[in-house]
Amino acid sequence: MNAILAMIGRRLLMGLLTLFVISVVIFGATELLPGDLARELLGQSATEETLAALREQLGLNDPAPVRYWNWLTGVLQGDLGVSMATKKPISELVGTRLENTMFLALYAAAMSVPLSLMLGVLAALWRNSIFDRASNSLALTAISFPEFFVAYILILWLSQSGFFPSMVRITPATTFGDMLYMCFLPALTLTLVVTAHMMRMTRAAIINLLASPYIEMARLKGMAPLRVVLRHAVPNALAPIINVVALNLAYLITGVVVVEVVFVYPGLGQLMVDAVTNRDVPVVQAIALIFAAAYVLLNLIADVLSTISNPRLMHQR
Amino acid sequence: MEKKVLLAIKGLQIEGRSGDAWHPIVKGVDLTLHKGEVLGLIGESGAGKSTLGLAAMGFARDGCRISGGTIDFDGIDLRAASEAERRSLRGKRIAYVAQSAAASFNPAHRLVDQYCEAPVVHRVMAREKAEADAVELYRRMRLPNPEEIGFRYPHQVSGGQLQRAMTAMAMACRPELIIFDEPTTALDVTTQIEVLAAIRDIVRQFGTAAIYITHDLAVVAQMADRIKVLLRGSEVEEADTRKMLAEPREDYTKSLWAVRSFARPEQPPATGTPIVSVRNVTAGYGAINVLTDVSFDIHARRTVAVVGESGSGKSTTARVITGLLPPRKGEVLFNGKPLPPGFSARSRGELRQCQMIYQMADTALNPKLRLRELIGRPAEMYLGLKGKALDDRIRDLLSLIELEPDKFIDRLPGELSGGQKQRIGIARALAAEPQLIICDEVTSALDQIVQEGILKLLSRLQDELNLAYMFITHDLATVRSIADEVVVMQQGVVVERGPKAVLFAAPKEEYTNLLLSSVPEMDPDWLNRLLAARGEPA
Repeated sequence: MNAILAMIGRRLLMGLLTLFVISVVIFGATELLPGDLARELLGQSATEETLAALREQLGLNDPAPVRYWNWLTGVLQGDLGVSMATKKPISELVGTRLENTMFLALYAAAMSVPLSLMLGVLAALWRNSIFDRASNSLALTAISFPEFFVAYILILWLSQSGFFPSMVRITPATTFGDMLYMCFLPALTLTLVVTAHMMRMTRAAIINLLASPYIEMARLKGMAPLRVVLRHAVPNALAPIINVVALNLAYLITGVVVVEVVFVYPGLGQLMVDAVTNRDVPVVQAIALIFAAAYVLLNLIADVLSTISNPRLMHQR
Repeated sequence: MEKKVLLAIKGLQIEGRSGDAWHPIVKGVDLTLHKGEVLGLIGESGAGKSTLGLAAMGFARDGCRISGGTIDFDGIDLRAASEAERRSLRGKRIAYVAQSAAASFNPAHRLVDQYCEAPVVHRVMAREKAEADAVELYRRMRLPNPEEIGFRYPHQVSGGQLQRAMTAMAMACRPELIIFDEPTTALDVTTQIEVLAAIRDIVRQFGTAAIYITHDLAVVAQMADRIKVLLRGSEVEEADTRKMLAEPREDYTKSLWAVRSFARPEQPPATGTPIVSVRNVTAGYGAINVLTDVSFDIHARRTVAVVGESGSGKSTTARVITGLLPPRKGEVLFNGKPLPPGFSARSRGELRQCQMIYQMADTALNPKLRLRELIGRPAEMYLGLKGKALDDRIRDLLSLIELEPDKFIDRLPGELSGGQKQRIGIARALAAEPQLIICDEVTSALDQIVQEGILKLLSRLQDELNLAYMFITHDLATVRSIADEVVVMQQGVVVERGPKAVLFAAPKEEYTNLLLSSVPEMDPDWLNRLLAARGEPA
C-alpha cells in the first residue's frame, strides 16, 4: 500500500512539473498572438495617450518574465486574473462554463464507456462473427465522419422531427431532468465520436490475451466462453483499457469545441473560442491551463488504476 | 487384471490449418486407457502428443479440427456430444495439467480462487468446502504452508510449487482422468524430482487414470504403466514400460533410446594462457549481488560447462564476460590482458573475439532478414568483407553448418526448422571469427535427436577452428557428452569446478552430488531408489 501511495506522490509531482512546463508554453504561445490588446479594447479612434495609459494599467509594458511571474503566482493562489474584454474575474466566467462542460463530458462518458466496453467484450467473444464485423464497421463509420457532420445529421433526424431540442438553453430554472433531455443530442454526438476508439481497444486487448495458456487452461476447466472472457481475459486487459478510456475522457472535456458551437452549448470550448476572437489573453491562458490539468489528472488516475489492477505490482513477492 | 476401459480412441484424425489448406497432425491413432492406469505418450515436438492429449478432452486448439475417428470417454461419445456436454466433463471428470504452470495460472487471481473455480462452477462442492479441500490437496502435494499458499498470486510462488499447485487444482473435482502435458519440462532437475514424486503419489492415492505426455524417456519411465511412442502423428509402438525399455521393437524407438550416445573424445589437460579468465568477479543488479567472487578459466579447444539451477547466475556470468554487465569487483582477462568492463569501452576487435548463441533461436534471429544478411552482417562489420568476398564467406559458413548454400542463402528464418535456426545462430557467431563462443542453453529448446546433431556440429567446429566454448546449461546429459571442464554454480557462487571425469566420478560437494543424482535415469525404479536413499517416502 505504501508503495502505491509513494507512486501516487511521485506521479503527482511529475504532473505538477508537466503543468509548469505547459504554463510556460501557454504563456509563450499567447505572447505570439498578433494584435495589440489596448487598441482592440479602445477601438481605432483611441489616442496614443489613452492607449499608453491603458497599457500601463493592464501591466502590458512589463517585460514578459515579470508578467509570467505575476500570472503564475496569481494562478497558484486561485486567482486566474481578470478578463480584459468583460472586466469580470475569470474564475466567475469559467465557473459555470466548467460545470456545463463537465456535465456534458460525464453525460457522454456515462453513455459511451459502458457501451464501448460491452461492445468490445462481445466483439472479442464473437470475434469474426457478423456481430463483430457489424459493430466494427458501424463504430468506424461513426468515427470517420467529422463531429459537426454527425451533429447536423442527428439534428436533421432527431430534432427536425421534434424529438429533441437542437439548442441548449440553460437557465437557473433548468432541472436535472431537463438538462439530460436538452443535452441528449450533443452527448450522443460525442458518444458516437469516442465509442469506436474505446471499443476497438477493448476488443484488441482481450483478443491479444485469448491465445494465452491461462485462457486455454480456463477453457479446459470447462468454463463457458463468456466467463472465460469476463473472468480470465478482462482483468488482465484492464491496463490498456483504462488508459484508452482516460484519454477519451480527457478528449470529452477538452475536445468538444465544435460540438458546443453546433448546439450553442455554453461550455468552456465556446468561451475559449470567444476569448481568442476577442484577444482576451488571460481567459485563453486560464482555459488552456484547465484543459492541460484535466489531461494530466486523468492520466494520473489511469496510471494509478492500472497499477492497482495488476497484482504483480500490488503484491510484491 | 481386467479393468474397465475409461477412454477409447479409435482411428483419430486431427488436422491443422496453415493458410487455406488443412494438413494432418494426428493420422489415425488408437488409444485405450483403463481406469487408474497411467499411459506415457512420448515423441519429439510436432509428433502430435499434445494435440492427442487435448483430443482426449474432446478439445481441439484454435486452427485445429478433429476430422475423423471416435473418442469414447466412459460411454460418452465426445465427438457427438454438444459443446455444453463436453464443458460439463472438462475440469470435472477430465482435467488438464499444462507444461508451464507459470503461464497457465491466471496472473490476475489468487491460486485458491483458481482452484475453487471448477468445483464451484461444476457444482461439485460449495466454495467453503472447496477452500478447505484445497488446503488438504496442497498438503498432499507437499507444498510449504498449505494453509496460506493459496492466498498468493502466481507470481509470488516458485515454478516447482506452481506446478504442484496446478496438479492439486486438476484434482479439485477428483477427476477420473488427468492429462499431464510435459508438467516437469520447464523445471530444474532438483525441483523436477519433488514434482514427479508428488504427482505419482496423488495419482495413485486417488486411483486416477492419466495420460502423461513428455519427450523425456527417463521421466516417463518413472511415471507410466504403459508407453506409446508417436512419430509425426502416427503410432510407432506401444508396450508396458519395462518391456519397452528393455526391448524396443522399432528402429525409431531404438534411435530415441540411443540418442545420448554421442560423447566428445577426452582431451588432454589444457596448458598455456587461457583464452578467457574470469577473476574474482562480483556482479549484480540494483542492490543485489547475483555473482559473488566467481573465477574460472577457458582454454582454446576446450569446453567449459557452467551448470546450475535457474537463478544460479549462469547467464549473468556470460553477461559479465561479454561486457553487457560490468562487474562490481574482479576482472575478465582475454589472452592474459584485462578487458574493459563495459562493452562500450571495448574495441571492435575485442568485441569480435567473443560471440554468443542463444537458447531461443526463434527470437534470436530477426524474422525480417534473410540468412544472407543475418550471417553476412557480422562478417561485414567485423572483417570488412564486401561484394564477392562477402558472398563467398556466407556460402562457406552455410556449408560449415551443413546447410546447402544455394538452397538456403535467401531464405527467411520462418522457413527453417528449429534445428536449422539454431545452426544459423552458430553460423552468425562464427562469422565474426571469434576465439570464444558462449552457448546459452543452446540445445534446451530442441528435440533430443536434433540436439545430438547440434552437439556434433559444435564439437567438429571446435576442432577445426580451435574454438573455446562456454556452455551454459542445466542439462547434465549434455554436459556429459561434450564438456571438458565443469563449473557448478549455486546462488551466484562457484560450488565446485574441475575436469568432467573427476567431477562426475567423485563430486566433493554435497550440492554437486544432489544435482548429479537428480538427473532421471532410464530405469523405472530409479525414482523409488532415489527417494529411499534420500529418506523420503517412496
